[in-house]
Amino acid sequence: MKLTSEDLHDLAIGAAFLGTGGGGNPYVGRLMVQRCLDEGLSVDVIDPSELANDALVIPTAMMGAPTVLVEKLPSGEEAIGSLRALERYLGRKADATMPIEIGGINSTIPLVVGARLGLPIVDADGMGRAFPELQMETFGVYGVSGSPMVVTDEYGDSTLLNGADNKQMEWLSRMVAIRMGGCAYIAEYSMSGADVKRTAVPNTMTLAMRIGRCLREAKANHESPFDALLRLLPQTLYNHGRIIFTGKIVDVARETRNGFSIGRARIDGLGPWRGTMEIEIQNENLIARVDGKVRAIVPDLICIMDSESAEPITTENLRYGQRVTVVAVAVPEIMRTPEALDVFGPRCFGLDEPFTPIETMT
Amino acid sequence: MRIGIDVGGTNTDAALMDGITVKGACKTPTTADVSSGIIAVLKDVLRMTGVAASEIQAVMIGTTHFTNAVVERKRLLEVAAIRLGLPATRALPPMTDWPSDLATTLGRHTFMVHGGHEFDGREIAPLDEKEILRIAGEIKARGIRTASVTSVFSPVTPVMEQRAAEILLNEVPGIAISLSHEIGRVGFLERENAAIMNACLADLSAKVVSSFRNALKELAIEAPFYISQNDGTLMTPDYVERYPVLTFASGPTNSMRGAAMLAGRKEAMVVDIGGTTSDVGMLMQGFPRESAVAVDIGGVRTNFRMPDVLAVGLGGGSLVRDDGARIGPDSVGYEITSKALVFGGDTLTTTDIIVAAGLEDIGDRSRVAHIPAKTIATALDTIHRMVDEAVDRMKTSAEPLPVILVGGGSILVSRQLPSASEVIRPENASVANAIGAAIAQVGGEVDRIFSLEGTSRDVVLDGAKAEAAERATKAGADPDTVKIVDIEEVPLAYLPGSATRIRVKAVGDLVMA
Repeated sequence: MKLTSEDLHDLAIGAAFLGTGGGGNPYVGRLMVQRCLDEGLSVDVIDPSELANDALVIPTAMMGAPTVLVEKLPSGEEAIGSLRALERYLGRKADATMPIEIGGINSTIPLVVGARLGLPIVDADGMGRAFPELQMETFGVYGVSGSPMVVTDEYGDSTLLNGADNKQMEWLSRMVAIRMGGCAYIAEYSMSGADVKRTAVPNTMTLAMRIGRCLREAKANHESPFDALLRLLPQTLYNHGRIIFTGKIVDVARETRNGFSIGRARIDGLGPWRGTMEIEIQNENLIARVDGKVRAIVPDLICIMDSESAEPITTENLRYGQRVTVVAVAVPEIMRTPEALDVFGPRCFGLDEPFTPIETMT
Repeated sequence: MRIGIDVGGTNTDAALMDGITVKGACKTPTTADVSSGIIAVLKDVLRMTGVAASEIQAVMIGTTHFTNAVVERKRLLEVAAIRLGLPATRALPPMTDWPSDLATTLGRHTFMVHGGHEFDGREIAPLDEKEILRIAGEIKARGIRTASVTSVFSPVTPVMEQRAAEILLNEVPGIAISLSHEIGRVGFLERENAAIMNACLADLSAKVVSSFRNALKELAIEAPFYISQNDGTLMTPDYVERYPVLTFASGPTNSMRGAAMLAGRKEAMVVDIGGTTSDVGMLMQGFPRESAVAVDIGGVRTNFRMPDVLAVGLGGGSLVRDDGARIGPDSVGYEITSKALVFGGDTLTTTDIIVAAGLEDIGDRSRVAHIPAKTIATALDTIHRMVDEAVDRMKTSAEPLPVILVGGGSILVSRQLPSASEVIRPENASVANAIGAAIAQVGGEVDRIFSLEGTSRDVVLDGAKAEAAERATKAGADPDTVKIVDIEEVPLAYLPGSATRIRVKAVGDLVMA
């Protein structure tokens, strides 16, 4: 499909939702893609099934702190530089690019790369949401190596990295990204078309657009966007969603540490919702507890949305006094296997609580 | 005793208040020089109430003058929009997401220069002073009189913006400069947008503030005067002169708070119809619902803390075209008393339609007798459809909601609205803005760098909150009404001792004398 401006708006909203607070506000990315459309470039999104099994796919992305990204905008050449450098190293041209992360700005970076280089963008990703670290990919969970990887900044500095494993790649590249100012652009997890079909969370780009469209249309029709969203989800791979809290933000604490936005938000219940919800954040919303009791836990999605407008609110935009509704969503089975939980389950974030699927919580 | 004044695009209103009692209210047309309109309305309201100028303890002025200038793309200066951040930020040049006509009005003088900082205070690149000098030359050559300077991470360290300003002032004496760190918060594009808009208002702000000053002087009112800002609190005139952009949403905030007081309702939709635009916003617990995300002003994205308001180009001075099928968005504004048909002019406005329909008796009715009945019917339909659609768009559920009509243009609405459970027209509704200004709150702010070393964040925050509340009280707020409305922290990772910039704002009602 050829992406239109309207699709792009829907995608940005859906990607902010799937970002569960992290991944960076897609606004900056949306403007970059819009510039491509304005210049007459084509943004061509293809289904994973359209890929030849021996095609070469090189995913592209931004890595770093979203709080940095909203302030230090990119030069626009960084991600393209990373893909080109990886092609040179591999000795082969890419047939397509792809998101590693559908949540937040990383849903848009491959669109800019694809438009500028004339490459199709695969409708799939490796996180099915947003995660703070690069090894947290279904690609890696099911055997694809993240390395070789290239990290590039706005000066055109670039580093080619071969980690012993994906976690080591994350560890090393993170220090590079901090040196680059807390935010850098990467190409990694190069893989075959067959590997995409086997390891990626499919159709998440179109899912984000469907979520965005659903919220937009509900508002236009004066239906509750929350009801509309909860009706849409069962028709997707993310087949269960529920509202877990409504209230007012009374405290937001966050800091930039080791290249991450670390923090917590406290929400006092309003109306029928009693008590105080506390959400722990490491770029994304990790766990939501009400007075100590777990209400939702990673990798299931925890999305903080404006109670009135149903706009997803990203971590850097959380403010004292906002009225919010917290929605939790079940992620697809490919993200909940024991192998997957070993890589991005609660323990990977230092949480003691075991993963409990949102649909089984009472 | 105090007076609230609202200087709108079309009318200047005044309300004289004793506590929360409206002693008298008046309305006169806004004049091109602003001050003679203020003088006229002040004279009227003092005469009407029999209150002496010496009894006035404070004058609060709200104005939509600056917002209107941006919305109408009028009276704006061309701006040199200077960005310090290369090689970063090149992907999205200044004014990227702006409406094309506004960017053109401001001349599209955009400059991107090496400079800016990283989040930790390191330089992205040293400030390219030679390039600033070259830009200064361009500014002179192009005859530009105002500039905005926005540097990456200037809320963390403003030194490059300050240095660039120093060079520009040296090279182009008298140039007005808007520095982004003094106006906005972290969030580059939004802060840059606000700085550019502030810059384009440099002439107008000096002119408007001095006309306020002159008007009060002429009537020998010696009470302090304040101007209301976005969040409904008051600021001093000097401050407004430098930061006119901070008044952008004060109009809707004042009218909504005024409407809540007048109607005695806390949950409702407020439709404020002025001469040029209608502002629609929702009241929740007596306060405007705030926008959680970026707010567009005149089509430009900003990140001010503002009420969520939809502005539609419909007012008492809006032009009527296509036999009533098309109304606005342009308006004759304050020239209504010379340009509208009923006042002897030659422009068909919405006010003429209302008079022709026999709904109001304003000006010379005989001058609109020739308007065909079909045009009148179509125009009335168009007006009500525009208001109804705006209310409908701002509703967050299909639940019926009372609609409070305020503003001088509220005479345009004569029917029930399909989107409303009831339409309320409170007494003094036409001066809700002025009343809102008069009951505006005072704020106290703390904005500085705290060290978290040897203490905890909670202790530091509590201290900052108490200090902000104390400042609000000192500024005249009733301590019982003071509450914290804004807390912002920017960790400064590059400084030792866990330094954090903390900004806390407290507001409260002005103590009633």
